[in-house]
Amino acid sequence: MAVRRRGGVQSYPDVPVDLWVTCRKCGGMHYRPEFEAALRVCPSCNYHDRLDAAERIALLLDSPGQFHEIDSDITAADPLGFRRPSGSYIDRVAKARALTSRNEAIVCGVGPLQGRPVALGVMEFGFIAGSMGSATGEKITRLFEHALRHRLPVVTVTASGGARQDEGLFALMQMARTTAAAARLGEAGLPHICVMADPTLAGVTASFASVADIIVGEPGATIRFAGSRVVQGTLRRRAPVEDHTAEWVLRQGLLDLVVPRRELRETLSRVIGHLAPAQTAAPTPNTPAAVRA
Amino acid sequence: MLEFERDLDELREHIAELERDAGPDPSTQVARELAVLQLELEARTADRFANLTPWQRVQLARHPQRPHTQDYIDRLCSDFTELHGDRRYADDPSVVAGLATFEGRSVIVVGHQKGRSTAENVERNFGMAHPEGYRKALRLFDMAERFGRPVLTFLDTPGASPTLDDEKRGQSWAIAENMARLARLRVPIIVTVIGEGGSGGALALGVGDRVLMLEHTIYSVASPEAAAAIIWRSSDHAEEAAAALGLTAPDLLRAGLIDRVVPEPEGGAHRDFDTAAANLHAALAPMLQELCAQDIDDLVNARYAKFRAMGEHQHIAAV
Repeated sequence: MAVRRRGGVQSYPDVPVDLWVTCRKCGGMHYRPEFEAALRVCPSCNYHDRLDAAERIALLLDSPGQFHEIDSDITAADPLGFRRPSGSYIDRVAKARALTSRNEAIVCGVGPLQGRPVALGVMEFGFIAGSMGSATGEKITRLFEHALRHRLPVVTVTASGGARQDEGLFALMQMARTTAAAARLGEAGLPHICVMADPTLAGVTASFASVADIIVGEPGATIRFAGSRVVQGTLRRRAPVEDHTAEWVLRQGLLDLVVPRRELRETLSRVIGHLAPAQTAAPTPNTPAAVRA
Repeated sequence: MLEFERDLDELREHIAELERDAGPDPSTQVARELAVLQLELEARTADRFANLTPWQRVQLARHPQRPHTQDYIDRLCSDFTELHGDRRYADDPSVVAGLATFEGRSVIVVGHQKGRSTAENVERNFGMAHPEGYRKALRLFDMAERFGRPVLTFLDTPGASPTLDDEKRGQSWAIAENMARLARLRVPIIVTVIGEGGSGGALALGVGDRVLMLEHTIYSVASPEAAAAIIWRSSDHAEEAAAALGLTAPDLLRAGLIDRVVPEPEGGAHRDFDTAAANLHAALAPMLQELCAQDIDDLVNARYAKFRAMGEHQHIAAV
């Protein structure tokens, strides 16, 4: 196992680094098995560490094996033939696919949440910073349309740097497209619950996520419209130092709830129960809600 | 004056000077010279404007002398009554909105409003709308539907205002709510980019049945400076970003993301407001007529399908 040195923390050559986790927020060191058992919530500062899509699905659904993924074959095209100084967009996508074993920055599907089938879309931050390109927008739109056809409530979990610059205006239009799909779901009387995880920024904050019927923030998650680099590029001055955490956004009156990770599934289930139309299908028999709660 | 306009402006001044000196009745020789110079100016202008770089188009789109929303409203519409305020927090002067008559029809007009002088730009926040600007727009969109009046919007913003105060008042929420409302609004909507179509701040007024762009305007996922800040980590690379983003009107027409490019007068809209507005009028009038004749359910479904189709993806074997 390779040993890495992080910041000022001394590394011990005989201790596998993977046994220890450094909190992204407070820098505290935690014994990994305990940290995982606490659902990756920092015991020192309560920061809710980023989860990948698979971990998130396992956290929310009754059993990850009952998640039926849809549209997993959809991936990015390269409408502009875009190149960054660091390489072509196509290469970035290829690297992201290799890194995450996903074809896009969101994983969509259907599965039971405390016995009730929901359409679930979970953003994969590891895939090009969870940025929203055409293929991401396509998958989100299809998720809302799938839910509309099957009369399912929708749960989205956002973790995104915003619109994917490499696709130019195509990326911007995903904001309109996904928001239109979300609006149509609402017209049909089906609820959309959005969980804003760390970080939820720019083109994702300002589209389908914030038109959700209920918006739940994860403790400590950064939620904002303009990132500091954009503020600096636009206003030519430093972004004001503010934390833009979910708790702060809640105080502005923009979120419904901030819910600890341990209570997230139960909370989602409860609010969906109040809003979703009466179920026609019976709950999935082999995972009764009571057992999983 | 823009750098690439300088020699054209000098020639234009030279012609004006000659005309002045020659008086009302110039000699044949002077008249001939004037005609030659005029042709030269036209040819050089045409050549320059036929080969604009993306960055030059960005500069033109932002030209401080360009006609802004209010200039177009004055020329396209009669009896404009501006309406103020979001009835929640404040009136935002960076969005102009109101009732007007276009082609004999009552319409709701809404657009970003930039200033021309520094003082005016400070007042208008350089066309960067606050959440209350978008909420004023939303209030008028609701009214448009209630009274069955079509909506004309004009896009001209570097982007939505990104300050801490804007965050506090829910800038993201305001933008998203407008898009959701426009996507389902049960009246015809025509969107025109008249200058800078900057990011989500533009799109908040940009969902409609038809999207037009004036010839020398841009529409972009982020301002070139912001995109450069994201991609190159420095807004100094704005020119490269502008070239890479495919943000000009002809680029976007080719990409299928807009419906029509409206020609500008020779040398750009800032040379001749009336012709620019007349060209836009000629494009808008039959379009609005056609949209107003459509069944409203069909129209809203077609609008959904229009934005539904925006994007390019591919299918591959699942990993």
